Amino acid sequence: MSAARKTRHAGVKQRLGHALIIVLASVFLGVFLLLPLASVFVEAFRQGVHAYLTSLHQPEALAAIRLTLLVAAIAVPLNLVFGVAAAWVMTRFEFRGKAVLGALIDLPFSVSPVISGLVYVLLFGAQGWFGPWLAAHDVKIIFAVPGLVLATVFITLPFVARELIPLMQAQGSEEEEAARVLGANGWQMFFHVTLPNIRWALLYGVLLCNARAMGEFGAVSVVSGHIRGLTTTMPLEVEMRYNEYDYVGAFAIASLLAMLALFTLAVKTFLEWRYSDEIAAHAPGGH
Amino acid sequence: MTLVLDRLSRRFTDFAALDEVSLQMAPGEFLALLGPSGSGKTTLLRILAGLDYPDAGTVMQGDRDFLAASARERNVGLVFQHYALFRHLTVRENVAFGLRVRPRRRRPSRAQIREQVARLLKRVQLGELGDRYPSQLSGGQRQRVALARALAVEPELLLLDEPFGALDAQVRVTLRRWLRELHEELQLTTVFVTHDQEEALELADRIAVMNRGRIEQVGTPQAIYQDPATPFVCEFIGRSNRIPLARDAQQWRAGAWPLTIDPWEGRYRQGIAYVRPEHLSLSVPDDQPAWEARLRHVYLAGSVAHLDLYVADIDLTLEADVASEDLGRFGLHPGAMLRVAPHQLVAFPFDDDQGDRAVIRDRWTCRPPDRQ
Repeated sequence: MSAARKTRHAGVKQRLGHALIIVLASVFLGVFLLLPLASVFVEAFRQGVHAYLTSLHQPEALAAIRLTLLVAAIAVPLNLVFGVAAAWVMTRFEFRGKAVLGALIDLPFSVSPVISGLVYVLLFGAQGWFGPWLAAHDVKIIFAVPGLVLATVFITLPFVARELIPLMQAQGSEEEEAARVLGANGWQMFFHVTLPNIRWALLYGVLLCNARAMGEFGAVSVVSGHIRGLTTTMPLEVEMRYNEYDYVGAFAIASLLAMLALFTLAVKTFLEWRYSDEIAAHAPGGH
Repeated sequence: MTLVLDRLSRRFTDFAALDEVSLQMAPGEFLALLGPSGSGKTTLLRILAGLDYPDAGTVMQGDRDFLAASARERNVGLVFQHYALFRHLTVRENVAFGLRVRPRRRRPSRAQIREQVARLLKRVQLGELGDRYPSQLSGGQRQRVALARALAVEPELLLLDEPFGALDAQVRVTLRRWLRELHEELQLTTVFVTHDQEEALELADRIAVMNRGRIEQVGTPQAIYQDPATPFVCEFIGRSNRIPLARDAQQWRAGAWPLTIDPWEGRYRQGIAYVRPEHLSLSVPDDQPAWEARLRHVYLAGSVAHLDLYVADIDLTLEADVASEDLGRFGLHPGAMLRVAPHQLVAFPFDDDQGDRAVIRDRWTCRPPDRQ
């Protein structure tokens, strides 16, 4: 009897503990995530919808949006191809230096974005290794669009590969071998067997890659040169407007980035819910 | 055409998966590669499929160099141990895959493909399940889809990797019989890898017993069982009692039981005899040499009873099999004392210089006169 009462008591205590943790987590999320997110929209619309739309309609804003889309449109497909190739190599072949390649793929995650940007300045800048040669041939990389693309490619390089490697490892290569024995050539094997098996994980990786490509600030800031209308992407434009006390303008563009984040989150959640076993190699807690 | 494997070797970084393996496969033959895990049997199968390549050796089919052809040109059917069905394709699409990926000039028309797939699915008794996905099938059904998919390309050689390994016992036996019937119908050269000797003995025309990258013995199931060529085959196939032999001044003996002749004519001092449980006589007359054995346990297994016999003389527990109905006749109850001796055995002498390494070429078999 007393033992039973004790456990019931413990049960109540435990439930109280659970409730406390849930409340704490909710408050934390509210203060640090939801509140800032809401404030972005509140600030953006502080002077009404008209002011909001006007500030987005300025040529600099439109140029920043266009540039951001352009950079992402180049960087994301590049990293899609690279990510698939890297995952393929990492999971289908045994070779010397495989661990090194794995570490290299992760490098952009561990290096500060500012350093990533600086590296390109050191390589391609006016005083950099290839600077004089580039200047002689009239090729502009730093403080121009190519530099932005390079920095973005570097920063977003791991997303697709990191998503695919554990999945392809878990799936193994038997289906691909079966396809080959059945007479498929390399492309047929890739498009009929490999790709369908990784499609949702690939989409998931591309989504994360894209979100980062559009939102990257640090590395891009170093190589951009902040030339209004020419080399400022959306995150850079936000910073510049904010520094010029154009709060509505800054938050208006920030609100676009926030919407991109929300959209990414929604699609990501949907993918995780619908195709969890095809995205993560080991269904629960695969990452 | 006969497939001739000549001295195939395959090394992986830390061990030799295949060590000078030579083997021939006659057309229409059903061959089993039997061995424990790590014996190289799957490596051999993968080399035949074109998924792996040997470091040395050749595979010839008449004048055709088999190894020069890539996996997709080789026209073999391969059934993987875990089936490797395309998970995003239906059963029908899986079976059609090999036909659909053909170059246009060799590709059958859509209607022909549909017809052939339907025929194959009917043959493997899955006619109704064409629209299902692999995840909606049982193990046995997946196995049959994998087989239909392999047969769709009309291979000259069918390779099966542990075809029944992942199935439960009952399905396994049914599928085994069914596969044997299918083989008799198609007369397709078939090689299957297994670690299950029962499967190999029941299914195959010939068995190649593999151990540590080498073929220990090739022969019919009967030859492998009745006439094992090496100590490994004696121990791996069926059950055997291992009885050490030693030569004293006059003759070879194991305790009180002597060999009637010296098979090695004065050479060697130590050896080993393998005696199958059914080759032990349990009531040897008093005027013939035998061991005094105490019957420790009787395990009744249906029609056969397994006996544990302890022979104090050589300090060994021997296994013997008798028909269950003979139990009473021989007075076989635990505790009984029996006069026991082998009436059939295979023996190997040990190399004098290298301790317990058996000299395989000096194998000696002893059979009762009427069976020789």
